[in-house]
Amino acid sequence: MSFSLALDLFPWAAATLAALCCALLGNFLVLRRQGLLGDAISHAVLPGLVAAFLLTGGRSGVAMFAGAAIAGLATVALAEAVQRLGRVEPGAALGVVFSVMFALGVLLIEQAAARSVDLDADCVLYGQLETLVWFEAPPQAGFAWLASPAVWSEIVAATPRQVWTLLVVFLICVAFVVALFKELRLVSFDAQLAASQGIRDRWMHGLLMTLVAAATVAAFEAVGSILVIAMLIAPAATARLLTDRLVTQVLVSLMTALAAATLGYAGASSVPAWLGHAFAGRPFPAVNAAGSIVVIAGGLVFVAALLSPSHGLVAKRLRLLAYARRTALDDLLISLLRQELSGTSPLPAAVWAKRAVRRATAAQLIDGQDPPRLTDAGRARAADLLRAHRLWETYLVNEADLAPDHVHQPAHTLEHLPPTLTPDAPATATTDPHGRPLRP
Amino acid sequence: MFREAFEILTFRGGFNTNVVLLGTTLLGVAAGVVGVFALLRKRSLVADALAHATLPGIGLAFLAAIGLGLTDAARSLPVLLLGAGVTGVLGVGAIQWLLAKTRLTEDAAIGLVLGGFFGAGVVVLSVVQGSAAGASAGLSKLIYGQTAAMGTRDVALMAGVAGAAVVVALLLLKEMSLVCFDEGFAAVGGWPVGVLDATMLALVVVVTVSGLQAVGLLLVVALLIIPAVSARFWTEDLKKLVVLAGGLGGLCGYAGSAVSALAPRQPTGAVIVLVGGGVFVVSLLLAPKRGVLAAVWRRLNFRMRLAADHLLERSFETREPGAPGADNPAGYALDASEVAALGERRGWGVAMRAMLRLHVARRGLGRLAYDGSFTPSHAGLARGRSVAANHTKWEKFLHERAGVDVTHLDWTVDQVEHVEVAQDETNGEAR
Repeated sequence: MSFSLALDLFPWAAATLAALCCALLGNFLVLRRQGLLGDAISHAVLPGLVAAFLLTGGRSGVAMFAGAAIAGLATVALAEAVQRLGRVEPGAALGVVFSVMFALGVLLIEQAAARSVDLDADCVLYGQLETLVWFEAPPQAGFAWLASPAVWSEIVAATPRQVWTLLVVFLICVAFVVALFKELRLVSFDAQLAASQGIRDRWMHGLLMTLVAAATVAAFEAVGSILVIAMLIAPAATARLLTDRLVTQVLVSLMTALAAATLGYAGASSVPAWLGHAFAGRPFPAVNAAGSIVVIAGGLVFVAALLSPSHGLVAKRLRLLAYARRTALDDLLISLLRQELSGTSPLPAAVWAKRAVRRATAAQLIDGQDPPRLTDAGRARAADLLRAHRLWETYLVNEADLAPDHVHQPAHTLEHLPPTLTPDAPATATTDPHGRPLRP
Repeated sequence: MFREAFEILTFRGGFNTNVVLLGTTLLGVAAGVVGVFALLRKRSLVADALAHATLPGIGLAFLAAIGLGLTDAARSLPVLLLGAGVTGVLGVGAIQWLLAKTRLTEDAAIGLVLGGFFGAGVVVLSVVQGSAAGASAGLSKLIYGQTAAMGTRDVALMAGVAGAAVVVALLLLKEMSLVCFDEGFAAVGGWPVGVLDATMLALVVVVTVSGLQAVGLLLVVALLIIPAVSARFWTEDLKKLVVLAGGLGGLCGYAGSAVSALAPRQPTGAVIVLVGGGVFVVSLLLAPKRGVLAAVWRRLNFRMRLAADHLLERSFETREPGAPGADNPAGYALDASEVAALGERRGWGVAMRAMLRLHVARRGLGRLAYDGSFTPSHAGLARGRSVAANHTKWEKFLHERAGVDVTHLDWTVDQVEHVEVAQDETNGEAR
C-alpha cells in the first residue's frame, strides 16, 4: 500500500491516538468488570453533545466537551442510583439509562436538523476521518519526509484541532495511569483492601469515568463512538488473554491498539483496492476506517483466545493432550510391571492403547513383541511409577485418613504427577497399606 | 391539538397513522413479554449486543441479494431481517463462546461482540454505499428506525411475532419461571434447561429483529428492557409481571407513536423510548412497595417511631416507678434543655424535630411544644413504660444469654431495643 502525507497522516494519527486512549483506560474497566460502562457513556454523551451544540450554536470544543462529560457522568450516576434505589439488576439499570439518554439525543438531533444545523447522528457513530485530509501537504514520495525537519515543522503547524485534542487527552490519560498506577491496581483487584488503605474508590471511579467521557468526546469527531466502544474493551481483553501481570497487560494492550489502528486503517483502503484488482479489474472504494479498525481489534481478541501461550484454547488443548499421552504411557508400563510381578500370562498388544504401545516401542520401553514385554529401561521406569503409586497410597492412609480400600483410585491419578511431588516414605514403613513392598 | 391527539389515539388519524400505531403497539406488547425473561435471566445487555450484531447481517443480505441479481429482494424487508437474524444469532453465539472458552468476563464478552459486530456492520455498510449508491437508502433506516415506511404487511409481521411471543411465553410460563429462578433445580428435575434457554433467546432474537424497522437497532433493546424493569416495580408475581410488562410495552409503543405523529420531526423510535423512560421514572418513584417514595415514607415513619420511643422512654425514666402521682402524665414532662440534650445525643436536626412534633401529636403520644418542652399523654406514658420494660428485658437477655459484657450493654441494647420482645419470665428466652 502507499502512504500519502496528505490523505493518510492525520486520519491515521487521529485513529491511533483515539485507540490508544481507549485501550489504556479500558484495562481498568475490563478488570473491574465495567466494560459496558464505556459503551453506555459513549451512547449517552449524544444528548450532551447536541445540547451543547444547540446552546452555543457551533462546534465549540469546550462547550461540547463539557456537555458530553456532564451527560456521561450523569449516566453513570443515574445508573447507579437506579440500581440502588430501585434494586434493579446492574445490567438492566445501565440499559434503561443509556437507551433513554440516547433516544433523547436522537430526538434532539432531529429537532436540530429542523433548524438545518450541520450535525447528524451518523457522524457521531462512525466519525468522519476524511475531514482530516491535509490539502496543502507538501508532495512527498513514500516515507522520505520522516528524515526531513522542514516537513516536520510544517506537519506540526498543519496538525488539525481534533488530533491535538486527542493527543492532549492521551497524554492526560497516560499521566493519570502513571501517577495513580498503584491506586488503580489496588482498586481493580481488591476494592476492600483499597478502601481500608484510605483510597477513595468513588474518586478513582469518577476520575476514570471522566477520562472515558473525555476520550469519547475527543474521539467522536474524528473516529466516532463505535471505535471507542470497541477499543475500550478489545485491546485490554486481548492483553488479558496473553498475560497475568498488570504492567505487561497495559503495555500489550497499547501495542494491540496501535497494531489494530494501523492495520485497520491501512486495510480499509488497501484490501478493497487489492480485491478490486483481483476480481473486477478496478479498485473497489475504501471501506469505513473506524469500522475496519474495530474488526481488526475484534479479530486480534479471537486470535489471542485461540493462540495465547498461557490462556489460549490451542495451548490448553495441547497441554491436555500431552498429559493424556503421558498418562496412557504410564498406565501401560505400570500394568505390564504388575503383570510380571503377579506372574499372570501376558495380555496381547490389542488390549492396550494402540498409540501408547507405539510410543513405548519407539522409546524402547517395551520390546515391540506381541504380547509386549518391558525392556530394562521400561521396567525401571515402571518400577518408579509403581513406587510412586504405593507411596501415595501410604500417604493417603497415614496423612489424609482415607480407608485403605479407598486409596487405589486417587493414587492412580496422583502417580502421574511429577516425581518431585511424590511424598517421602515414612521412616519405619517398608510396605504400603496393602502389605506390598514400597520398593518393588 | 387536543382534538388531533384524540383522533390519533382513537385510531381515526388516517390509515398510515393507524398502521404505525397498531404495529408499534403490538411490537411493544411482544417486547414487554419477552423482555421479562431477558431481565430475569440477567440478559438485558445481551439483547443489546444482539441488536447491534444485526447490522452486518442487514448489509450482507443486501449485498448477497444484489450479487445474485435480485434487486427487488435487496429492498424487501424480510430478506434484510433474515440476514439480521443470522448475524444476531452469531453474535449471541460468540458471547457464549467467549464466556465458556476464555477467561473474559460477561461485560467484556458483551462489549466485544457489540462493538466488533457493529464495526463489521459499519464496514459492510460502507461497502454497500460504495458499490450500489442510492439503492442502499433503506438500510440505514434500520439503524434509527423509520416507522413512516411501515406498511400493512409489516404490521401483519409484528402481529404474528407478538402473537407467537405471547403464546410461547404463556405455554412455557411454568418451565421458564423454573429456569429463571432456579436453574440448578430445573436441571435436576429433568427439564431441558438448554432448550428452554435457547427458546427464550430465540424469542428475544425474533422480537429484536422485527423491531428494527420501528425503533431501529440502537434503541430496540430499550423496548425489551424498560417495560419489564418498570413492571417489576409493581408486582412480585411472574404471571402479573408478564401481563403488566406486555401492557406497559404496548402503552409505550402506542403513546410513543401517537406523540410522534402529532408533530413533525419526532423520530418514532426515540419518542417511544422516551415514553418508556417516563413510564420507568413513574414506576421507580411511585410503585407502592418497591418504589422510591414508598421506601422513603417507610423509612421516615420508622425513624419517627424510634425518635418518639426515645423521647417517651426518656420522659418515663424521669421518675422512679411507684412514686406518688405516678399515673399523672404531667409529672413526666421534660423541659426544653432535657429534650435538647436528648436531641443532641440522637442527632436530631430542625426538620426532625418538626416532624417529631407532628408525629407525637398525630399519634396522641403527647405534646412537643414549640419552646422545646415535652409533655406525654396517658398513651405516651404507657408507651414509654413498655419501651423501658423492653429495654430492660433486652439488657437482661443480652447479658445473661448472649454473654455481652456489662460495659458493652448500653451500646448493644441500643441496636436492638426497638425489636419488641415477648419474654418468657421463667427462662428469659426471647422469641
